[in-house]
Amino acid sequence: MPDPEVIQDLYRSMLRIRGVEQRISDIYWDDKIKSPVHLSIGQEAVAAGVCQTLEPKDVVFGTYRGHHVYLAKGGDMNAMVAELYGKVTGCARGKGGSMHLIDLEHGVSGTSAVVGTTIANAVGAAYASKLKKMGIVIVVFFGDGAVDEGVYHESLNFAALKNLPIVFICENNGYAVHSPILSRRNSDNICEHARVYGVTAERIEGNDVIAINERVGKAVAAIRSGESGPHLLEIMTYRWMEHVGPGEDFNLGYRTPDERAPWTDSDQIDGLRGQIADDVVTRIDAEVLAEIDAAFEFAENSPFPEPEELYAHVYG
Amino acid sequence: MSTDNTDTNQRILTYPEAVREATLQEMERDDGVIVMGIGVDDPKAIYGTTAGLQERFGEDRVFDTPLSEDGMTGMAIGAAQMGLRPIHVHIRMDFVLLAMNQLINVAAKNLYTFGGAAPVPIVVRSYIGRSWGQGPQHSQALHSMFMHVPGLRVVAPSNPYDAKGALIASIRDNNPVMFVEHRLLSDSTSHVPEEPYALPFGKARVQQQGSDITIIGISYMAVEAYRAAQYLKEVGVSAEVIDPVSLSPLDLETILASVAKTGRLLVVDNGWLTCGASAEILASVAENVESPVSLKRMGFAPVTCPTTPGLEQGFYPNAQTIAVMANQMVQGKSADWVPDEIGATEATEFRGPF
Repeated sequence: MPDPEVIQDLYRSMLRIRGVEQRISDIYWDDKIKSPVHLSIGQEAVAAGVCQTLEPKDVVFGTYRGHHVYLAKGGDMNAMVAELYGKVTGCARGKGGSMHLIDLEHGVSGTSAVVGTTIANAVGAAYASKLKKMGIVIVVFFGDGAVDEGVYHESLNFAALKNLPIVFICENNGYAVHSPILSRRNSDNICEHARVYGVTAERIEGNDVIAINERVGKAVAAIRSGESGPHLLEIMTYRWMEHVGPGEDFNLGYRTPDERAPWTDSDQIDGLRGQIADDVVTRIDAEVLAEIDAAFEFAENSPFPEPEELYAHVYG
Repeated sequence: MSTDNTDTNQRILTYPEAVREATLQEMERDDGVIVMGIGVDDPKAIYGTTAGLQERFGEDRVFDTPLSEDGMTGMAIGAAQMGLRPIHVHIRMDFVLLAMNQLINVAAKNLYTFGGAAPVPIVVRSYIGRSWGQGPQHSQALHSMFMHVPGLRVVAPSNPYDAKGALIASIRDNNPVMFVEHRLLSDSTSHVPEEPYALPFGKARVQQQGSDITIIGISYMAVEAYRAAQYLKEVGVSAEVIDPVSLSPLDLETILASVAKTGRLLVVDNGWLTCGASAEILASVAENVESPVSLKRMGFAPVTCPTTPGLEQGFYPNAQTIAVMANQMVQGKSADWVPDEIGATEATEFRGPF
């Protein structure tokens, strides 16, 4: 049984993600967020469970579905929401938006809108960490769609070849946009494939935040101590909302509410709430709500970039 | 090739020796500089440009890569974000096409996308091939494609002196730099100072002053343009020859000053014309001149590069065709002078290795 403080940390982490994304979904129709959003509601356990095992100096790489990773790693919430609003106080000064979040101070490397892209970048960061003996563990999050990309295979091969300090987190939510995994590959064998490259791999079933936390924790510890090279964790999870946008998508017909039901029934936030004393839950809930309120207020009140910003940051 | 450095020792190096020296000196200065690419540690050492570097700096800083251009470019970008300064070497520019996602979507964009937070200091060295049957996929010159994209720098030095200075500048720069080399320049020599020096980006080299016509030669065509200018003396045509060296940023100021003097501009690109560097230069000049000037351009034939020598010969401009074009621009289309020499002996006599 994990430490009660870890349970509280995981609960708070997941609640912050759920709360921010639910708020985004609620206000999206106001059109104040004028860019696509890829919500991670339902997948909070992955980012929360993984990032709780990391040190502040460790670096994570993610994708356009990256709000959860950014927040779980400690990315500044005000700067994230302001970024979605396109404000100059955003983490990328409004130039990136939801799909391009960054907070280097807290170990969040920039996320990408092209599937698979940051996997190779993460491997490079791991190479630098090893070469310079930084003691930094790199974690890269990607979906099951990314394993179709050539760069994924090139990256795993090189990470294993050089025995790099990196954890590959495959968030397997069953779909690449709307395409199920078995329409894209011969068999559901992501871990088996990774092992062939020399990467230690295992699957974690059920979107179980405690299991994720424990097993990723062991992998990170083994990597940090130098006793092990790269690991891949295939974490089975489920996207509750549509691929892109604030709503649900059962009207499209590619999946059904029945398919989702087991995942919502086993909601990890509800599960942990039951393991924490009521007064503590009440306190955490209030603190998270206040933090979210403040972040959206900060975004609302922040200015847009000045017109001259158009030409800034092309070259450095 | 004449250069304007003041080294009194007049030490002569080949192009690959200059590239190697720049790399070695920067690796000594900054232990974050790494060299990676297919074959950088093999016996041929990329025409000698990486010879001995692995022995000197170790296998962690100089390493062969899997044949994974896309993944390795992404790896270089990630390493750069963590403070390294990777030099990624490709023995042909054609292979860089395998890495376009990382170069265009990531390297060129990250600084801007993240509001200035994430610079990508990488250098991508690649060779344009030519002659002796390089054929369709070992001969492409793709510098213009990279000039199109904001966030990338593109340099294509044509002599050892500029190669050393431009490579040092590229390594020290905080932006991704496409460093374009040409196989036929590998035997070229010039004097190269031993001490490190960095050429500024966006500064063209006036190779020869003249008054009748400005000829701009890009990459290897800088050599052919210079040769053509010597032929043109026979018919009394005074050509000013400019090597841009840096294509992005481009030294438009030097070009405009020259055109203001000569009233004629011939751009000879080592590449295709359509949407190319020559089109960009002519358009920029046309937009910025006060009075009309005569404008022409030459480059690769608008076809795939053929392998067989007879057809390949017609694919490229040479000093002879450049001189004929320049002479007609100055003396009128009826001028029927043709110089005796074709030029490009290094092209016709080239026998490899690849």
